[in-house]
Amino acid sequence: MPHHHDHEHSELSDIELRVRALETLLTEKGYIDPPALDALIETYETKVGPKNGAKVVAKAWADPDYRSRLMEDATAAIAELGFVGRQGEHMVAVENTSAAHNMVVCTLCSCYPWTVLGLPPVWYKSAPYRSRAVRDPRGVLAEFGVTLPEDMEIKVWDSTAEVRYLVVPERPQGTHGWSEEDLAELVTRDSMIGTGLACDPAKREDAA
Amino acid sequence: MNGAQDLGGQMGFGPLELEDNEPNFHAKWEERAFALTLAMGATGTWNIDSSRFARESLPPPVYLTSSYYKIWALGLEKLLIDNGLVSPEEIDAGKPLGPSQPLNRVLKVESVAATLQKGGPADRPETQPARFNPGDRVRTRRMNPEHHTRLPRYARDAVGTVETVHGVHVFPDTNARGLGEQPTWLYGIVFRGTDIWGPDSDPNLTLRLDLWEPYLDLA
Repeated sequence: MPHHHDHEHSELSDIELRVRALETLLTEKGYIDPPALDALIETYETKVGPKNGAKVVAKAWADPDYRSRLMEDATAAIAELGFVGRQGEHMVAVENTSAAHNMVVCTLCSCYPWTVLGLPPVWYKSAPYRSRAVRDPRGVLAEFGVTLPEDMEIKVWDSTAEVRYLVVPERPQGTHGWSEEDLAELVTRDSMIGTGLACDPAKREDAA
Repeated sequence: MNGAQDLGGQMGFGPLELEDNEPNFHAKWEERAFALTLAMGATGTWNIDSSRFARESLPPPVYLTSSYYKIWALGLEKLLIDNGLVSPEEIDAGKPLGPSQPLNRVLKVESVAATLQKGGPADRPETQPARFNPGDRVRTRRMNPEHHTRLPRYARDAVGTVETVHGVHVFPDTNARGLGEQPTWLYGIVFRGTDIWGPDSDPNLTLRLDLWEPYLDLA
């Protein structure tokens, strides 16, 4: 289980009370159905998350026809796996190669492909990432422990419209013949944002 | 608007704060703020562009010192007041002081899954041909509107190349202001990093933004 802790310190009680009062007000006004709020939260806590995207990437690695469909029309190809809807209405898949690395940001707010990655982490929505990803992506990548060759093109995608981007990381060496299920285990959330790479299977075995 | 939200290229925010195995929410109130925002969005009283504007028009000191779900909560309060659904006094009191307003719909628990699955597609039928084609060199407009826009400051008055023609999409600059969707062509534009950040910047950086036709002219 993830460890819950509070970053807000003294601000917490104020905003906590404020949001609670707002929910009470909207409920009594008849504007919301409180069980619907629980269902919304549960959806993103249990059903929608980066495991979805990992399945898409693993399938693209394992199945050349699927990869072609994904690169041609990502929205339709992702829908084949049942991942559709809010903040995934217009999907584009961008593929990392030995010559180019893709990295996604939303400098203006927090646009993120919810259907395949779930809700964005705090750092993705934060000023340090949003300000620097477009100007100094190598510096940002270094903070994630990723160093790329100087001559490699870095393509930064600023999500300014309703198009959402899924990075397809490079398939790690030494995974020939792996099943989609095993491949999906190598696909991290950060690798699909472009702030990480897929796991190296050799290192995984060492760690296990 | 040139608000605090337009962060691309700003400096001095320090390193990223990364958290292993980060949860979706760091407190219960974040869950509720998230769900309240989605549930009220589903009433159809406002659109995604006006909700973005509500958040970005928070005073910069507030925007920059608030956690993201606090920004959502404050933005939601603003939308509720601006749309006449609640009064500031009701927000302070935390209870109704007057009658409710009729809504287009209320998101019920049984329709949550279908509503999320349906989403809110922004593409619209074509009514006129696209002005630009892949390969065209275009210059973004120099503009500083006080209203909502999705052309960040760092990419204004800059020359790039059309890479993708996405289709016709809702135009946020009008949709956020109650002036209608005014759908227009949306393009994927690629810029060289050095054309945005200058000759001293990373020569192997390219930037891609999705920009609407009214932001662009042939270079």
